Amino acid sequence: MLGRLTVEALPFYSWVAMGGAFVTVAGGVAVFLLITYLRAWKVLWTDWLTSVDHKKIGIMYVILALVMLVRGFVDALMMRAQQAIALNSEGYLPPEHFEQIFSSHGTIMIFFVAMPFLTGLINIIVPQQIGARDVAFPFLNSVSLWMTATGAALVLVSLVIGKFSQAGWTGYPPYSGIEYSPGVGVDYWLWALIVSGVGSTLSGINFIVTIVKNRCPGMTFMRMPMFTWTTLCISILIAFAFPALTVVAAQLTLDRTLGFHFFTNGDGGNMMMYANLLWIWGHPEVYILILPAFGIFSEVVATFSRKRLFGYPSLVYATACIALLSFTVWLHHFFTMGSSANVNAVFGIATMIIAVPTGVKIFDWLFTMFRGRIEFHPSMVFTIGFMVTFVIGGVTGVLLALPPADYLMHNSTFLVAHFHNMLIPGALFGYFAGLNYWFPKAFGFKLDRKWGIRSFWFWLIGFYLAFMPLYVLGFMGMSRRMEHYADPNWQPYLVVAALGAICVLIGIACIAIQLVVSARNWGSSRDITGDPWNGRTLEWATSSPPAPYNFAIIPDVSDIDAFHEMKIRGTAYAPPVRYQDIVMPKSTPLGPILGALAFGLGFAFVWYIWWLVALCFVLSLVCVGIRACDDNSEFVLPAAEVAKIESARLAQISPADLHDMRDFVPLGEASGEALPGRGM
Amino acid sequence: MIEVIPDWVRRRDSLFVSARISIISIFLLLLLSGCSLSDAPVLSPKGPVALAERDLLFTAFGLMMIVAIPAILLTLYFAWRYRGSNENSAYTPNWEGSWKIETVVWLVPAVIIVALGTLVWTSTHKLDPYKALVSDKPAFKVQAIALDWKWLFLYPELGLASVNELAFPADRPVSIEITSDTVMNSLMIPALGGQIYAMAGMRSEINLMADGPGVFMGRNTMFSGDGFSDQHFKAHAMSEPDFQAWQGKASDTGTALDADVYTDLHKQSVADPVRYFSSYESELFRNIMKKYAPVSTPHHHDDSTEEGAS
Amino acid sequence: MTDISSGNAVLLEEEEKTSLEAREFGFWIYLMTDAVIFALLFATYAVLANNSAAGPTSNDVFELSHTALETALLLLSSLTFGFATIAMTLGRSGRVVFWLIVTLLLGVCFLAMEFVEFQGMLEKGAGPEVSGFLSAFFTLVGTHGLHVAFGALGICVMIGQVLIKGLTLPVRSRLVRLGLFWHFLDIVWIGIFSVVYLPGVM
Repeated sequence: MLGRLTVEALPFYSWVAMGGAFVTVAGGVAVFLLITYLRAWKVLWTDWLTSVDHKKIGIMYVILALVMLVRGFVDALMMRAQQAIALNSEGYLPPEHFEQIFSSHGTIMIFFVAMPFLTGLINIIVPQQIGARDVAFPFLNSVSLWMTATGAALVLVSLVIGKFSQAGWTGYPPYSGIEYSPGVGVDYWLWALIVSGVGSTLSGINFIVTIVKNRCPGMTFMRMPMFTWTTLCISILIAFAFPALTVVAAQLTLDRTLGFHFFTNGDGGNMMMYANLLWIWGHPEVYILILPAFGIFSEVVATFSRKRLFGYPSLVYATACIALLSFTVWLHHFFTMGSSANVNAVFGIATMIIAVPTGVKIFDWLFTMFRGRIEFHPSMVFTIGFMVTFVIGGVTGVLLALPPADYLMHNSTFLVAHFHNMLIPGALFGYFAGLNYWFPKAFGFKLDRKWGIRSFWFWLIGFYLAFMPLYVLGFMGMSRRMEHYADPNWQPYLVVAALGAICVLIGIACIAIQLVVSARNWGSSRDITGDPWNGRTLEWATSSPPAPYNFAIIPDVSDIDAFHEMKIRGTAYAPPVRYQDIVMPKSTPLGPILGALAFGLGFAFVWYIWWLVALCFVLSLVCVGIRACDDNSEFVLPAAEVAKIESARLAQISPADLHDMRDFVPLGEASGEALPGRGM
Repeated sequence: MIEVIPDWVRRRDSLFVSARISIISIFLLLLLSGCSLSDAPVLSPKGPVALAERDLLFTAFGLMMIVAIPAILLTLYFAWRYRGSNENSAYTPNWEGSWKIETVVWLVPAVIIVALGTLVWTSTHKLDPYKALVSDKPAFKVQAIALDWKWLFLYPELGLASVNELAFPADRPVSIEITSDTVMNSLMIPALGGQIYAMAGMRSEINLMADGPGVFMGRNTMFSGDGFSDQHFKAHAMSEPDFQAWQGKASDTGTALDADVYTDLHKQSVADPVRYFSSYESELFRNIMKKYAPVSTPHHHDDSTEEGAS
Repeated sequence: MTDISSGNAVLLEEEEKTSLEAREFGFWIYLMTDAVIFALLFATYAVLANNSAAGPTSNDVFELSHTALETALLLLSSLTFGFATIAMTLGRSGRVVFWLIVTLLLGVCFLAMEFVEFQGMLEKGAGPEVSGFLSAFFTLVGTHGLHVAFGALGICVMIGQVLIKGLTLPVRSRLVRLGLFWHFLDIVWIGIFSVVYLPGVM
């Protein structure tokens, strides 16, 4: 009846595991009670969970990402604590527990922090940046969200029922095969990947179509904001790369569940094929995580330097180059597998070529700052921190792209330091910049600056403290994923790294405090104009938070900095002659229902509960069938209603709130000439 | 005209104070690094391969500094120079590009990458781990087999075998054939040079050399399970007389490695003590590989399928 | 009152048109992601094709006449779906249903033949758990079969929709997309036939 699920799956075997399970369950119960206490179930269900509004979906993505960030970071703290004390001793974690922690840390941070964070920001902003009312497929968007949430839920449940994978986030076979990892852990990992991967693929398709088809009149490709450009590029990457993840995860699942021999030792399996397939997804994935952050940096650096973005075409081509090249370098993840010198050299050179467009981007941002008026908003500070730190990561990346150097550094903590050096400043700092930048757009009030700056400094210093020692330890011959070690020379560095992790912990606490403080002071930090930073792109033309339809009248643009231009011309905030009816998508419970069914399916597969697999599968098909027959998924918001919402908004805005645009002259009249300093 | 000083201008000071603190802490960290770094195996190599690999690392690092240092310094300088409160700095709000600058920022990195690319091509061929090292002495052959969680070394020239200890004559190339009788492993002796994977059913190879006698740490770097942390060994590069003595010790104290003993050895075990075997089945390495052959015919073609599939 | 609702109907229909256009474009991209999946399964098969371990090789398990018949059925079903599409453009819903039923029958026959083939292989001890080669074979061909099964299910749903709703704009659009899917599977099958079966018996 319950497959291989027995009472022994509960974590009564170890105190640490029980603690983790307790925190997870208690957290769930607390949220449940809080919602019940606030009598918010109905509102939550009708206004949020079943919503197909891209802004609400985006907010839910970001909340998911922040919650999982805490979970993933607890893993990081536990690893740092273990390694700081485990000199010639077992520390406080037995190997099997330590292994689960490093596996879940990587899995969570990539799939359930970075992916939902960027997808959330894209969801909130991109439709507004292109002057659209919603994404191309609002229902599909809801399905994507719930698939991602389901994957996260599977990882969380593994903490309470059964165990998580011990095979690392890359899950290389044969170790991750059934012969060497017989438990349920790898299956949890695989199903979390498969389900959330399907969600990501659908998001990718959705945003390709949205950006190609839903741009407002006048927005040619070369007038799209950089964030939209990076989103288009990563959506294409997602559509090409995620199928590879689906294939490789499905194959490993078949190996494990039905005794296939794709990657087994012997019987005709080929483990090298796993490495190839995984990294055919995995390398583009790195750029999927980083490029949207590059887009955010581009927006932030222009806005807070109070200048046009420098070298826009160059940035666009550089982004496209990176996206294209990202498919040609996967082999650099396993130079040490014994490929011939020719093959290794070709992939090494291909990898290095990516450094060129990446470097160009850095310089373009640099020259955007040049002769600007830089405001040290938290978003901008994160951007500057990124630029300085990312260069270091780029340098170590090029070092690793030299095959002979990689033979020395592969599998070492140097590698660990390198990819954290890419992903923390390169991706996470970007998302944080985006959070600080777009928060008022999503919620209607600004985030507290003081705590934003504090979070930045703790993150930055914490990052250096945590990862510079790991670079050094790589030189000293320390491998990654070591539960204990015997070399006393390593310990001081690991202690410093642990201090760095504590520093980052304070950084995360600062973000939490920032959210609380800002929410408390929301009355005094409200964003009435919808344009708190004197922004340049279209998302600032809507109210904060935007009306469900974003734009009452679809704008017509004639410049990259579309909204900036409208403000100069004085056409921003001008009410139209008359409003029109607007067609809106209806909410639907099918998204969360499909998510629940996917959860049932994954959970049942993990535990071999075959009847539940069949049930969930059939019910999912029924849901899809129902949706496929639905011709009535939209409704009309009457023009009178729109007029009411819009005039209420415009009535609130007083001329004093608007930004002073006297410094700016329309482009073409003063292009390229320096204005003298005002004080002179 | 009196202007209201924005909030963030006042906050700037605290910003730079924090910057100073972080710079100081990084500096302290670097100091700390200096202490024990001198004997870090990667930075102070003990063999020609590791030395060449390290020098390559340094050369590439130096080349990249041409771009990296200006990028970092300019970022900090521009952030300070064009801060909002500095009303005396020039301001070009509509400046959107410059062919001159674009040419430089595309070309300079491209030139460096061309230089580095050439370096990649030559060095990857020169330091191909499969390539025999140039020496007036013949290479000393060793076969390494990854097990859970230990290394078994066979010495075909001597008919000896050892667990968790690798001995070889210094000053003479060592050619190690590698395979695995368990999950994927990776053999590395950092002071002597890079690593290569050990995979079941496949033979990989690495060629190393020690400049002189010494004891070096070697290990599996590829996570392989619960005993992974302890899966390290000592690599002894010995002078000729010492090596003779080691052979005597191994054949005197060692037992025979027959099928039964191997079955026992193959079982999972953690932190095994060093063991010697005075003899082993002559085809042991090949037989272990054969267990995992993709086609189980009695006489199949060459097993050495080292190249990654794509 | 009637005025407003008829105005709404026009608006909704316009919106529907653009949304259906987007759907078709999106469906092409979906097909592309599916093509990537098949491409990788083909690559996997190419890598593992000779890894027959202790099990049978492709010469022992493939029967070209059986596969040729399967191919004929599937190609024919693509043709009949084409007839359904033509009938749709002519607005003849009865004929659409007829050709869809023919297509469905051909598809089901194909699936039945594939089932027989798999069953026979399993009985001969040539199941997917025997070797890397057979794992890759069953996964590639099985994934295609699964797609055909979903396509058949889609045809059932669309027959129902045509009967109940008639050839409305959304129904037509769905039929077009289902047609794309069905023809796509045909192309994949031609790949399977020439990469898996033909070299397998050569």
